[in-house]
Amino acid sequence: MQHQYEVVIVGAGGAGLMAALSASKGAKTAVLSKLYPVRSHTGTAQGGVGAALASEEEDKPEWHTYDTVKGSDYLGDQDAIEFMCEEAVSTVYDLEHMGLPFNRTAEGRIAQRPFGGHTNNETGKPVRRACYAADRTGHMILQTLYQQCIKNKVKFFDEFQVLDLVINDGKVSGVVAVDLDSGEIHTFQCKAVIFATGGWGRVWEITSNAHSYTGDGVAITLRHGIPAEDMEFFQFHPTGIYRMGILITEGVRGEGGVLLNNEGERFMEEYAPTVKDLASRDVISRAMYLEMQAGRGVNGKRYLHLDVRPETVNKYAKIDGRTYPDGTPYEVTAGDILAKLPDIIDFCRTYMDVDPVTQPMPVQPTAHYGMGGIPTDVNGQVFADETDKLIPGLYAAGEVACVSVHGANRLGTNSLLDIVVFGKVSGQHAAEYAQGVDYVPLPEDPQAEVRRQLEHLTEGEGTEVAADLRKEMQEVMFDHVGVFRTEEGMSQALEKIRELKQRFKNVRAGDRGKIWNTDVLEVWELGCLLDLAEVTAKSALERKESRGAHAREDYDERDDDNWMKHTMAFMNEDGVELKYKPVTITRFEPKKRVY
Amino acid sequence: MEVTLKILRYNPETDKKPHYETYKVEAERNDQVLDLLNRVKWYEDGTLSYRRSCAHGICGSDAMRINGINRLACKVLVRDVGTKITVEPILGLPIKKDLIVDMEPFFEHYRAVIPYLVNDDPPPQRERLQTPEARARFDDTTKCILCAACTTSCPSFWASGQYVGPAAIVQAHRFIYDDRDQAGAERLEILNDRMGIWRCHDIYNCTDACPREIEVTKALGEVKMAITTGKID
Repeated sequence: MQHQYEVVIVGAGGAGLMAALSASKGAKTAVLSKLYPVRSHTGTAQGGVGAALASEEEDKPEWHTYDTVKGSDYLGDQDAIEFMCEEAVSTVYDLEHMGLPFNRTAEGRIAQRPFGGHTNNETGKPVRRACYAADRTGHMILQTLYQQCIKNKVKFFDEFQVLDLVINDGKVSGVVAVDLDSGEIHTFQCKAVIFATGGWGRVWEITSNAHSYTGDGVAITLRHGIPAEDMEFFQFHPTGIYRMGILITEGVRGEGGVLLNNEGERFMEEYAPTVKDLASRDVISRAMYLEMQAGRGVNGKRYLHLDVRPETVNKYAKIDGRTYPDGTPYEVTAGDILAKLPDIIDFCRTYMDVDPVTQPMPVQPTAHYGMGGIPTDVNGQVFADETDKLIPGLYAAGEVACVSVHGANRLGTNSLLDIVVFGKVSGQHAAEYAQGVDYVPLPEDPQAEVRRQLEHLTEGEGTEVAADLRKEMQEVMFDHVGVFRTEEGMSQALEKIRELKQRFKNVRAGDRGKIWNTDVLEVWELGCLLDLAEVTAKSALERKESRGAHAREDYDERDDDNWMKHTMAFMNEDGVELKYKPVTITRFEPKKRVY
Repeated sequence: MEVTLKILRYNPETDKKPHYETYKVEAERNDQVLDLLNRVKWYEDGTLSYRRSCAHGICGSDAMRINGINRLACKVLVRDVGTKITVEPILGLPIKKDLIVDMEPFFEHYRAVIPYLVNDDPPPQRERLQTPEARARFDDTTKCILCAACTTSCPSFWASGQYVGPAAIVQAHRFIYDDRDQAGAERLEILNDRMGIWRCHDIYNCTDACPREIEVTKALGEVKMAITTGKID
């Protein structure tokens, strides 16, 4: 079946829906998503969206910009970061106007809480910058944007999984998708495509990410010769539920929670004396890893305690001299914790039988967020290579994209900000672009490649089991391309991933039906994950320094002379080829990063 | 431990009607029912089909009947339900395949209640002000993840799929009680219909089924009261 839309958006999380709202104002737009929009992973974001509203205390976009540059370990492009932090304020107000139910201050303004790495640049102390709706801010953003899409009658193709991009003569011509319900393959001819497919945390064993977070967008573009940028930078969030990886928001620490080792010591005092438990995520994950290496994991196991019991919060708030904006001492009750972190309490009770109001939570770092992705400019337009060359009509926004606003490490609350700001901009830009061009003709058989891939997976009998390969990939990537890395470990991981890619050729889906064949698509997604694992391991192995989330034991310092540059990874027949491009530095000269 | 998993299976391409299949899988106390389904799908029978995504009770993909009660498969652990587990699709919506039902009728009801903020006044430069008390008034119903566990546990919905159902009313409630919204009266009129809120007979299945612990029946009671008294407060 064939369709024609001026703009096609792939993915219906925060970035996709925001893009849909802006693109549909100026162009005939359709949204294709492998999930019902409200199932998207944006909904799991908890703590807040960053914007210098100054609801409760002095703050300004310049401070937000500097904090983000510093948080990125100076790898973020400063022009893009400045743009995002400036846009943040009006974008958050836009969300409020759309109906988003933010928590409120006593004066009725949008409530804000402290978050890691966000500071008052004059005092260096944490600043309240995360605009929040309890601990379900992502859920409220996703719901609100979907509501607005219904209001604006956006056209959706729900449960359509995009498997290929069609490029003709260097320009976007369409996408090819499978309708999960019928198994039928559809071609969507379009002038512009916006990839908003999210991340790929399922590459790792312990992850906060959804099963559906399989990096489809990056894998598809890599297969078309488009590079993936800075893939070695993958964030490990410090506080995942032990063994399960389910996220415990940084908002817990924003509300005064602290990390403790087996001796009950608040070890972050050692590693980040000024902001302590509100240092940025890479710093805390490394500190936790070092504590566990030194034998200070709880009960001799590989976890630590996150403690938000009121007596603990109040004890350390007193030691830190923390106050409310009006100067009164900070003090919480069990009721405050329950009101501000209801979902976290629920997760802990459901999955661990732990009540955070009376017991500390066992936590370990969990694979959380890809800073890298499809390279774009500030309008969301995708770069064809390591130069300024663009691919006309191709856009990416949200976690799948690398603008780059997060550089080597993303600050908490900046992902929700990224999706709304760049979703909106890419939608606007794609619609404007579509107004000025004609459709690019489709090639003779645009579905041929997708048919070939699916037929291969459903032909004959397999000798390998997809689940085994996935598990092996996740384990080796968690062990060797995780929080800390070495030459030896990463080489081993890369070799293993290449072996798995060979074995993957002998995997077949067990389901041979048409209707709702999720089996064949899970196998196809494993192919995406393996591609991304290889690109990640190779990019990481070659970067001989430590920066942000990429921490090497054998090169433990940042090396600005040689490595102040973005990795651009290309996938070809022989494996992965790496090129580099410069970082945009406008206002902030790199300096040592201390919290 | 070994768990016996009895699953209602239906493949429209090969089966005339749904039937049960039984699987034995190894499990730990803290495994999710979703983990067990994955184990069957990944290692025994790839044709087993169900929706899932976030795997921690937020995305709302995997509502199903587990031992006769609507639950999210990722939010029920083996320790909660024991070693004999029956899994069936949620009731009242057409089965597409195995545990996957057609969600379109559910979303149609959702769309019918004007599920978005209506406020035609020009917005201020900054945020619209709202007191913490006004915000708290509709807090509970903002938690809804549209998983359909409530609506498909409701005998009134089983009796007639035309009934708008508790989930849609919860969504309406979220806006009716938001003091920034201006379409409350219009929503009440929509719900004051033969297939609207009066189909609710306070059976409380919805409240028990909600994985987000929303007080669904209470919210529906407030909407009934608003229709009866003509007052939203």
